[in-house]
Amino acid sequence: MLEVNGLNAWYGESHILHGVDFEVREGEVVTLLGRNGAGKTTTMKSIMGLVPRREGSVKFRGNEMVGLMPNQIARAGIAICPEERGIFGSLSVTENLMLPPIVAPGGLTVEEIYTLFPNLRERAKTAHGTKLSGGEQQMLAIGRILRTGAKMLLLDEPTEGLAPVIVQQIGRTIREIKNRGFTVLLVEQNFRFAATVADRHYVMEHGKIVDMIPNHLLESSMDKLHEYLGV
Amino acid sequence: MIMIFGIPGPLLFGQLLLGLINGAFYAMLSLGLAVIFGMLNIINFAHGALFMMGAFVSWILLNYLGIGYFPALILSPLLVGIFGIILEKTIISRLYKLDHLYGLLLTFGLSLVIEGLFRNAYGSSGMPYRIPEMLSGATNLGFMYMPNYRGWVVAAALVVCISTWLIIEKTSLGATLRAATENAPMVQAFGVNVPRLITLTYAGGVALAAFAGVLAAPIYSVNPNMGSNFINTVFAVVVIGGMGSIMGSILTGFGLGVVEGLTKVFYPQASATVVFVVMVIVLLVRPRGLFGKAA
Repeated sequence: MLEVNGLNAWYGESHILHGVDFEVREGEVVTLLGRNGAGKTTTMKSIMGLVPRREGSVKFRGNEMVGLMPNQIARAGIAICPEERGIFGSLSVTENLMLPPIVAPGGLTVEEIYTLFPNLRERAKTAHGTKLSGGEQQMLAIGRILRTGAKMLLLDEPTEGLAPVIVQQIGRTIREIKNRGFTVLLVEQNFRFAATVADRHYVMEHGKIVDMIPNHLLESSMDKLHEYLGV
Repeated sequence: MIMIFGIPGPLLFGQLLLGLINGAFYAMLSLGLAVIFGMLNIINFAHGALFMMGAFVSWILLNYLGIGYFPALILSPLLVGIFGIILEKTIISRLYKLDHLYGLLLTFGLSLVIEGLFRNAYGSSGMPYRIPEMLSGATNLGFMYMPNYRGWVVAAALVVCISTWLIIEKTSLGATLRAATENAPMVQAFGVNVPRLITLTYAGGVALAAFAGVLAAPIYSVNPNMGSNFINTVFAVVVIGGMGSIMGSILTGFGLGVVEGLTKVFYPQASATVVFVVMVIVLLVRPRGLFGKAA
């Protein structure tokens, strides 16, 4: 579904990605693991066209995405939930939820999103999206892209800084949307969480993919993984 | 005769009405400036020139093509809006990555060029634009005579200002605009064509200025300087109201028009400077302006 080949990305003079190669198959949940600064977030942003300069190839359903504008990439059916969540303070919670345009049929209804995240229903009338707690903002950031009908979701550290009970709720949500046929590329620092939702893990170092570990081999690869992640 | 604070009633009400009329123009112009600044991060110094163009286009429509006031009220903002689209696409859009100052200098230069072109073609003495038949005459309100056209200007300005506010605050298009003002790359990553949205926002702000220009044509004579006469005060209004606040610019526009009108009655010597005195006081007390949000 998503094939990334020889992806390079730059921020100004600094060369961040040095030929990233990986693929995500339809219906899979795949994680990018790696230390801070390994290039995970930049990989997400490069897929979405949100970096100043990129080269190489990102094929989505066989179509080349490098060279397209972010809005065209979104219309092709890729949606991002960024690390900083991107909730708008000048919009109410409902306006935040309804903001992303529908790009394809088959998205979740608002009612289904409220069933996944009951907190959002209670807070729907809140006048400023940024008045929500961190966990609620994360639910809103995930919920609003489920509505759009995009089937390829890029989730950048959705569990960062959240309480364990909310992390579990987000884990349930990822498994639920996988069952519904969504494809997910997940950036995680917390590989214990990643192990509960993902099919495969790619390990990044210095702007490259250095390893791929299927989830059932994660336990036996712990030593290797500890070395990669430095934990 | 009724006396209020030792001032004859009709004089007071007359100046109040004049103040409201000026306030209506301040409100419409500063509203457009606020919308453009919010989205483009550019202080549109060409706003006065585009207001003047709005008046001129209605005069040209009438004198060359025989198209009257009411069609011009729609056509002129449309034509000037298209001119705005061309400006934004070809010139202004090149400046978004640069400092505010470049946008200010460029649009200031544009306004000089536009005004110069009209001065060359039509001179600077000004040309009359007749009040349409339907709106001529005056109505006795009991305490004063109100020229119908002036009442119409205040009403039309109110309707346009409130509609703009409703569109921005209450519709999904407005939500997209507000979101793009806050974080444009994020909105674009959701599939919204942000560059097109920016162009249309500029066109919308410019069309508001042109609409104000058509309303102004029968009151002030149509001349190349009519924009620059207004625009200094309008920038003070924007600063007082707080950059980027929609309701703030509407309320401040009308409010300062009235303050100016009342000053003409009670202390005429200060009427030309009162807006700037208010600006100094507001900036001392609230540097972000009356309705400005925290940075």
